[in-house]
Amino acid sequence: MEGFDVAVIGAGVIGSAVARELSRYSIKAAVFEKELDVACGNSSRNTGMLHAGFTYKPGSLKAECAVEGNQEFDQVAAELDVPFKRTGKVVVGFDDHDMKNLLKFKEIGEKNGVRGMRIINKEELNQLDSSAGGEFAMYVPDSGILDPMQYTIALAENACQNGVEFHFDTRVDKIVREDGQYVLKTAKGDFRTKWVINCAGMYAPEISEMLGYPNYPTRGFKGEYFVLDKKAGKFLNIPVYPAPNDKGGFSTHATPTIDGNVLVGPDSYVTEDREDYKVTKEHLDGLIMDGQKMFKHMKREYFIRNFAGIRWKRYNPETGEILDFMLESDEKNPNTVNLVGIESPGITCALPLARRAVKIVAERDHLEANPEFNPIRKGIRRFIEMSSEEKKAAIAENPDYGEVVCRCENVSRAEILQAIHNPLGVHTVIGIKNRTRATMGRCQGGYCETRITKMIEEELGIAPENVRYSKADGYMFTGKVREDV
Amino acid sequence: MRQTDVVIIGGGPAGLAAAVRLWEKGIRDILILEREHFLGGILRQCIHDGFGLTRFGETLSGPEYAQRFIDEVLEKQIPYITDTTVIQISEDKVVTASSCDGLLEVQAKTVILTMGCRERTRGAISIPGQRPAGVYTAGVAQSYINLQNKMVGKEVVILGSGDIGMIMARRMTLEGAHVQAVFEVQPYASGLPRNIEQCLHDYGIPLYLSHTVTEIKGTGRLEAVVVSQVDDHMQPIPGTEKEYACDTLILSVGLIPENELSLGAGVVLDERSKGAVVDENHQTSVPGIFAAGNVLQVHDLVDFVSMEAESLADSACRYLQEGSLPECPLAVVTDGNVTHTIPQKISGTEDFRLSLRVRKPVKKCTIRLSQNGQVVLEKKMPKAIPAEMIQIPVKAEKLSQTGDLEVSVLW
Repeated sequence: MEGFDVAVIGAGVIGSAVARELSRYSIKAAVFEKELDVACGNSSRNTGMLHAGFTYKPGSLKAECAVEGNQEFDQVAAELDVPFKRTGKVVVGFDDHDMKNLLKFKEIGEKNGVRGMRIINKEELNQLDSSAGGEFAMYVPDSGILDPMQYTIALAENACQNGVEFHFDTRVDKIVREDGQYVLKTAKGDFRTKWVINCAGMYAPEISEMLGYPNYPTRGFKGEYFVLDKKAGKFLNIPVYPAPNDKGGFSTHATPTIDGNVLVGPDSYVTEDREDYKVTKEHLDGLIMDGQKMFKHMKREYFIRNFAGIRWKRYNPETGEILDFMLESDEKNPNTVNLVGIESPGITCALPLARRAVKIVAERDHLEANPEFNPIRKGIRRFIEMSSEEKKAAIAENPDYGEVVCRCENVSRAEILQAIHNPLGVHTVIGIKNRTRATMGRCQGGYCETRITKMIEEELGIAPENVRYSKADGYMFTGKVREDV
Repeated sequence: MRQTDVVIIGGGPAGLAAAVRLWEKGIRDILILEREHFLGGILRQCIHDGFGLTRFGETLSGPEYAQRFIDEVLEKQIPYITDTTVIQISEDKVVTASSCDGLLEVQAKTVILTMGCRERTRGAISIPGQRPAGVYTAGVAQSYINLQNKMVGKEVVILGSGDIGMIMARRMTLEGAHVQAVFEVQPYASGLPRNIEQCLHDYGIPLYLSHTVTEIKGTGRLEAVVVSQVDDHMQPIPGTEKEYACDTLILSVGLIPENELSLGAGVVLDERSKGAVVDENHQTSVPGIFAAGNVLQVHDLVDFVSMEAESLADSACRYLQEGSLPECPLAVVTDGNVTHTIPQKISGTEDFRLSLRVRKPVKKCTIRLSQNGQVVLEKKMPKAIPAEMIQIPVKAEKLSQTGDLEVSVLW
């Protein structure tokens, strides 16, 4: 049986960050993920916002990690080559009640250590972004936007380069304690490990129970989004959020993405189903109404896609109160770290949470630093972001950079090839998309998807019926139309 | 920088027809830029027949139709480059294209936009539900099946009665799949009557009008779609939901002219056609930039694509010879029964061909063209349907040099 010092369960942004922080030490670590890639759950189903931390209760783990994660992110983005921009954010208000809440959250933010927040009038708001709705706003300069898929991929790739193994399509069904170690029972066989770190996201309560912790009460707050064409992106410079409600929750907002699209959403409603990523007519119609208040250019002709994400929160079933992130390590359950209820702002908090989790392991086992650890990870160089001169040089060096495969996003064959041969060994169509942006544009793969699936087959020598869209049973083709003559 | 008289963006039926006609008119300094490895454009995957009846008087397959023009390009040795994607057109007509050989920059005297169109997607029409594999636009499915020999599924539902959707209903049936039905949200078909007959009726595939897909089910691969009837405002009627188990959903829900490059060149687009605003010479708002084919307006038949491009070539030739074309200050305006017209601007001094589509099916109608309250021309039609383009030649002698041309449909 294959054995590890540390097993991480879940390859979302938290599991990937934990893996990356573990790789600073000389240990044998592995990540077990039920899906075929990292970021298949809510790590890829969010606004891509680097939160500043002004809505979280002072002294909470959320507040502490959000501020820490926010303020260190320039360095993180540089090390891991993650597309990131510190845009700032405007939280807009329309009436006295909104103003009262803005002032309240400004005070909370200041307690949490958020820097430079100030109330601005309509004139200044219009100067920041003429397409923003609202009569006044709180301006939060520390907020930023990033690509959450690229960030998760970057964390995982960096972990992988530094020696952490990733096991995809490997759901942990059962955990048993045997001879002072844990055995993870999976469809791909048994794996022995000294430590287990629970980063299973929405499924963390079950893993928590398997490890001897409570099956904490959790529930989902689902939200739907529209993705708008880059043509709409030209009108929006800065994330525009409505004033939070009394509890600090935001309703539908408009956020520019790091690539120049606009996200409108999410709304929020309760779900108990963790696979309920479906979008609904009722909620999309609601987004159209609410989105127009935040963003004047919210129009149907700009719609290119929609999606849903779920904030799976820990809560008190008696009072309904939403509870803080849980990060614990109880000696009754030896050599375990349990993370439950990690939801928004999970992207912002990923590395701070990971450091805290890994510190527990490192201190208890007196881990030695990995002398080979390299914090630098390079992403795929993008053709579309190059100047003319850079394009010429790139094509001269690697002619595949000259072949445009995805016309909407101008993704070259060279980029697709690098994505197909990514360090994690992922080869789903969605995996290629998240690594390159191919199929993410307005034609949604109408031109490039046929080329990408062919490249996956040719490069990896796999039959068409083995190409996967996103999930293990998500086959693209049933076989050949007819046998080759 | 390389200089040419004409750069043609796209070697499909419009681009090839324009090239051949320009050559015939004596223009030799032409460059066709094609992003694919072969000339022919989308026709390469249209292996069914029915092309060419108007243009060649016989019925051809898509590849055969394209080959007629490709043969002429080869015979006349008209310069073309394949595997080369245009990534930018500037307002002063510098065309930048990318290939494995590097970046090609060409200063053109005229640029001919013949990039065709793209398919409307699931995201654009916001079909609710989950996001499994097995949802394909008709053109993508056609490309997989006809060009790559890959079967996309076995149990099929089709949303949208566009021509490609109906053609794929037949193709997939012929290749062994079971096509359960075609659903169309509008109360009439959006494709041609001949395709309803030859692709659906002949194979016993039902067409349900005023129905749409209201939910997509399945996490890995598509498992089912929920279909609902819609009311007069195309809103689903609660209680009419019916679930169809299937592994494949084919979308044929509209085509959109592909004008991102045009916008970069400063070309003004028409909100209605989604193509460029052009005058009777097919010249866009940028002098020397012309557009024809599906990049200008989505056509019903490829024959008309080629003929529009040939007409464009005549004007482009004149532009090259004379340095400019006559002003076209008169607007073509429409009533609510017309989706759009080509051209949108005319001179009032020259013959031109007006093309338009009606917004909904009408019987026994009259298309009336008038100026300053005076009828210029009337065309009586036994019926008019949105699926068919209406083309009306207009003689200069009938036109006034003042007053917008008003186009209306009366019944």
